[in-house]
Amino acid sequence: MREIWILARRELRSFFNSLMAYMLLVAFLGFSGFFTWISGADIFLVGQASLQSFFGIAYWSLFFFIPGLTMGQLAEENRSGTIELLMTKPVSLWQVITSKFLSTWLLIAIALAFTLPYYITVATLGPIDHGAVWTGYLGLLLMSGAYISIGLFASSISNNQIVGFLLALLIGIMFHILFGILSASFTGIIGGVLNYLSLSTHFESISRGVIDTKDLIYFLSLIVLGLASAEFVMVRKRR
Amino acid sequence: MDILVENLTKVYGSQRAVDNISFRVKTGEVLGFLGPNGAGKTTTMKAITSYLTPTSGEIHVGEYSVTDEAGDVKKQIGYLPEQNPLYGDMPVLDYLKFVAEIQGIKKEHIKSRMLEMVKVCGLEDEKHKKINELSKGYKQRVGLAQAMIHDPEVLILDEPTSGLDPNQIIEIRELIKTIGREKTVILSSHILAEVEATCDRILIINKGQIVADGTANDLRKQAQGQEILKLTIEEGDSNTIFETIKGLDTIDTVDLMDEENRFEIQSKSNMSSRRSIFNMCVEKSWILTEITLVETKLEDIFRELTMK
Repeated sequence: MREIWILARRELRSFFNSLMAYMLLVAFLGFSGFFTWISGADIFLVGQASLQSFFGIAYWSLFFFIPGLTMGQLAEENRSGTIELLMTKPVSLWQVITSKFLSTWLLIAIALAFTLPYYITVATLGPIDHGAVWTGYLGLLLMSGAYISIGLFASSISNNQIVGFLLALLIGIMFHILFGILSASFTGIIGGVLNYLSLSTHFESISRGVIDTKDLIYFLSLIVLGLASAEFVMVRKRR
Repeated sequence: MDILVENLTKVYGSQRAVDNISFRVKTGEVLGFLGPNGAGKTTTMKAITSYLTPTSGEIHVGEYSVTDEAGDVKKQIGYLPEQNPLYGDMPVLDYLKFVAEIQGIKKEHIKSRMLEMVKVCGLEDEKHKKINELSKGYKQRVGLAQAMIHDPEVLILDEPTSGLDPNQIIEIRELIKTIGREKTVILSSHILAEVEATCDRILIINKGQIVADGTANDLRKQAQGQEILKLTIEEGDSNTIFETIKGLDTIDTVDLMDEENRFEIQSKSNMSSRRSIFNMCVEKSWILTEITLVETKLEDIFRELTMK
């Protein structure tokens, strides 16, 4: 655990040193703020004291921003050879990968924390469903976790960052909408499976205010599966 | 801490990068790996650091097995990889601190170790710069500093002096020698003079196999089956001298180098002709102005062993 924290701290520092963190914060807050308050199906148009429109925007913007954060993380280690440096220090590959996961997750959590003023503002405007807001944030966090983990897996495959980015989007889009769309055209077991695989199904049910263990298990298994696959690929590369 | 490598083999696809190598390095010994590109030096070193898993064979660092107790082994090893990968976006001091923490150095010692490494590796003026902004030589020093920061029992340096200027090369060689008195050091190099200057023992590897093992002098003796002398005799008829030398019973071949009575002679194996030549000159009253023993250069040994 101590090692993971040391590694994660380095990752976080490199996010902030490389302006990546600031770019994410500015882009995410600007994007979500614009569509939540100023344009489109914003809060004033909906006319309800609810953060649903924000969650809808964040659901999409995080989907695009996260691969940008993860694309280089393992690809760069492989390309520059720093992974060799880490692997000859007393840390395991699993610790390296989880530290990258945790630091990115923390960065997303910081970005989400900056949107808490939205919550406070809306809460002063009218009666808000506090439970739904918190579960909505939980849903965003879990979704981000899943995409970070997928992004790390994508980043482990090629030494090229762009490949990491596109591959993460490609895998992500399946969970994000494709499985959902496909499940509508199938019935029976296949439809059920596709519906269960669709990330949006689980995200919607959580952000509506229902925390179901089924959904938690879904997100956690996606996270673990992504990280384990990334480790598998990295081990294969070393031989 | 001793390093024991037993029957190490590493196969990549159909290529045997390292083929059944066995050797032992003792504490207080500096071992130099020599060999042409692709001979298996780096692979062997990576296997010792546990970065690569051997196809077969056993490596022990001290009492720890590299395959089974990699965690313990890694704590004992300081490693400078060949490409010297570094996190370019980090300032030198931050980077050294990061490595020190990862190596599990106690918090209260971290600062003093960092400062010592900065001093030893000559990074005083560059310590606040980002690693990307450093020249190759300074990057190499950072690589050395991170390898030594936890005062490891075993140092593995893959081409430690590449990219350094001549002054720095000498400093680093001295440093390696000093460390090598108490610790175990393995280094690889293309530069033969460097290996000769720094290492107690030399291991020449070619095509994944050890082709020579010993001190620089051992290797010379091994290759130097026959003594070669250059001599110049002033005045006198070159033909007479030639014939007389040829008549000595220790001589194998004689060559007249040029008109000024310069000869290159090769003695029969395991014999020396220096005495008999001197005696011959005294007897004939020839004036011997030069007699030089031609040392087989390490370069020649290297070429001979690795061109096969």
